[in-house]
Amino acid sequence: MTSAIPAKTTTASSTEPGPRLSRDDKGTKTRKAPKQYSDRVRAERRLGWILAGPAFIIMLLVTLYPILQAIYESLFKFRLTAPGEREFIGLGNYAVILSDPVWWSGLWTTVFITVVTVLVELVLGFALALVMHKALKSVRGLLRTAILVPYGIITVVSAFAWFYAFDINSGYINSWFAWLPGIDENLNWFAQGGTALFVIMASEIWKTTPFISLLLLAGLAQVPDELTEAAKVDGATWWEQMRKVIIPNMKAAIMVAVLFRALDAFRIFDNVFIMTNGAYGTEVLSLLAYRQSISRLEIGLGSAVSVLLFLCVLLICFVAIKLFKVDLAGSQGGK
Amino acid sequence: MPISRRTRSVVNSRRKAAVVAGMMMGTLVMSGCGPAQSDNALTWYINPDAGGQAAIAQKCSEESGGRYTIETSLLPSDAASQREQLARRLAAGDSSLDIMSLDPPFIPELAEPGFLAPVPDDVAQSTTENVVEGALAGATWKDELVTVPFWANTQIMWYRKSVAEAAGLDMSKPVTWDQIMEAARTQDKSLGVQGAQAESMTVWVNALVESAGGSIIVDPEATADTIELGLDSDAGKAAADVISTIGKDGLGGAGLPTQDENGSLIAFQGDSGSFMVNYPFVWPATTAAVEAGTLDQAVLDDIGWGVFPRMSEDQESAPPLGGINLGVGAESDNPELAYEAVQCIVSVENQSEYFVTNGNPPSNTEAYEDPRIEESFPMAETIRDSLQVAAPRPQTPFYNEVSTGIQQTWAPPSAVDPENTPETSSNFITSVLRGEQLL
Repeated sequence: MTSAIPAKTTTASSTEPGPRLSRDDKGTKTRKAPKQYSDRVRAERRLGWILAGPAFIIMLLVTLYPILQAIYESLFKFRLTAPGEREFIGLGNYAVILSDPVWWSGLWTTVFITVVTVLVELVLGFALALVMHKALKSVRGLLRTAILVPYGIITVVSAFAWFYAFDINSGYINSWFAWLPGIDENLNWFAQGGTALFVIMASEIWKTTPFISLLLLAGLAQVPDELTEAAKVDGATWWEQMRKVIIPNMKAAIMVAVLFRALDAFRIFDNVFIMTNGAYGTEVLSLLAYRQSISRLEIGLGSAVSVLLFLCVLLICFVAIKLFKVDLAGSQGGK
Repeated sequence: MPISRRTRSVVNSRRKAAVVAGMMMGTLVMSGCGPAQSDNALTWYINPDAGGQAAIAQKCSEESGGRYTIETSLLPSDAASQREQLARRLAAGDSSLDIMSLDPPFIPELAEPGFLAPVPDDVAQSTTENVVEGALAGATWKDELVTVPFWANTQIMWYRKSVAEAAGLDMSKPVTWDQIMEAARTQDKSLGVQGAQAESMTVWVNALVESAGGSIIVDPEATADTIELGLDSDAGKAAADVISTIGKDGLGGAGLPTQDENGSLIAFQGDSGSFMVNYPFVWPATTAAVEAGTLDQAVLDDIGWGVFPRMSEDQESAPPLGGINLGVGAESDNPELAYEAVQCIVSVENQSEYFVTNGNPPSNTEAYEDPRIEESFPMAETIRDSLQVAAPRPQTPFYNEVSTGIQQTWAPPSAVDPENTPETSSNFITSVLRGEQLL
């Protein structure tokens, strides 16, 4: 998780400077017709490769190698504590997994968590982004810091904090919210799927909404003031400005935010691992992969689950990029 | 000595063309490891405790007169994570695993592939005298001692004297599960049992099945394809009946489906406490709470104890057995020294000391004769008696699958059905072991 944070911050900042990116638009067009390269563009591209190349190669080494190894291992029946009994079984592991209701229920739980958390985060994140955008200069720094605090907390730590808050023995939530119907001192949040998933998702939303609101704030900053002013002059209401001017102009930022969060949410692990360890209908795919490879030491089966998880993530990327036309290069407007 | 052996093995294992490279590596190993870690340094991977193992390590290092020094390295807090780390390291051939504190159920899994160094005969003889039978069974795999018993744990029944009296139970005699369930029902109190989907669930199920005269696994030494489970039996049904009644009638309180040993203790110390099955750590934890002023002295005075409840009046119970054994890694650079250190660690004197300071009961019955034990643990005799009849969890290399399978099918207690659960659970575990289902 710690290594993921700087990566996210870089992507966030790369979408932030709107005007500069719009200038690059011309570059994107020329790329399609190589003959038109000017010396300057060519020099810039070379510089780009020199600057990004080493990082790109290292990334390939550290990601491609494990992916290939996992694909290879997934074709074997192989238990770490019985190295002598390793046996090639082709796609056998995949057949076992895909014919098992445990996989499908894990998949639905994961999809459910992904959809709900991303939707709620999008709405909340947008509201927070608007507040940060409109806030007075004097409080802007303080406000942004305050909103970002949950995102800075390590997921395991926040998971424990939420767990202990809701835990039936040590928690205070039951007594604080006893006035709500359905909540009393005997409510055991982690004893059934519905309430347990509620806590897991609430914790996830609390922690990652700041991330989405940062991405959306970058999108908001991209909307030219002239457009909103013109709309105001034409007598558009706040809601009309929002719907007709602001949101269409930041579609790219919204889609990037949704894509990144969806990929992240789909791989949810920490919160579930700490709070329920997959008990009572809260099993998610990452945990299923963990249970096979790390707990059972069934490297073959576990690798196959991981490969399938990877394919799911690829599918989400594909759907987002091809069908919703998310432009990861960050061009403006997304038209 | 170890360096020369390591160099030699490097040379032997490589072809002639690589001899030079091998020798260079040897030199690097010598120069690299020399100053940082001396040749006689042993690493002991310990489970978290109140500092007792580290103290023993220091004491034994001093007593060895410089023959070895033991450094401790801390493992994760729960048994499953400890196993995960040790199994991965052992499978990868980590030579730093000189001595390991092992939870008995996971020993066959490590012994079967030869991850543990064989116990020398003289060590086996000197460390197994007067050791309780259950602990010895847990240290053995395929009739051979593969680890050395260190301390042994068992659950006893703790009860609130006031509740037992109000329910009219004669606590001088062993009680049955039916009796304590009835008492909790009539007195409107909660039973302290562990209903969480965790290892504690397997501990409970195993104790109930064994107490009813059955076994979770009929043939523990069988392979994954041929293993036969004994859950779908009268004993399994009787166990399911107890768990299901406690779950469905709400006798375990609202916290039951997520309750582990600590959770039970907290509930037991509260107003709804009545009877609880739990480990001896209950006593030091409760006395410490009284000393810290967070618990009334009256609660402590109200606590009584007895052996684990019976399934039927005329059949002795088989309480859970836990504890820690010491194993030596097969890839250790100093297995002889490691076993010498193990002999020191498990000495009768150290076991008594460890009980008094950390609350972990000795596996050696002789160690209970230390007068300090009776003073700090008034229930020491009950613990020793319980250890003599305690039944270990299934000793199989596939323990993790068996245990996780039980946890997933027997929790929450309210969903257990005496007619179906034993069979479902049996079928599920069997098909997981045959590789037909995910866990």
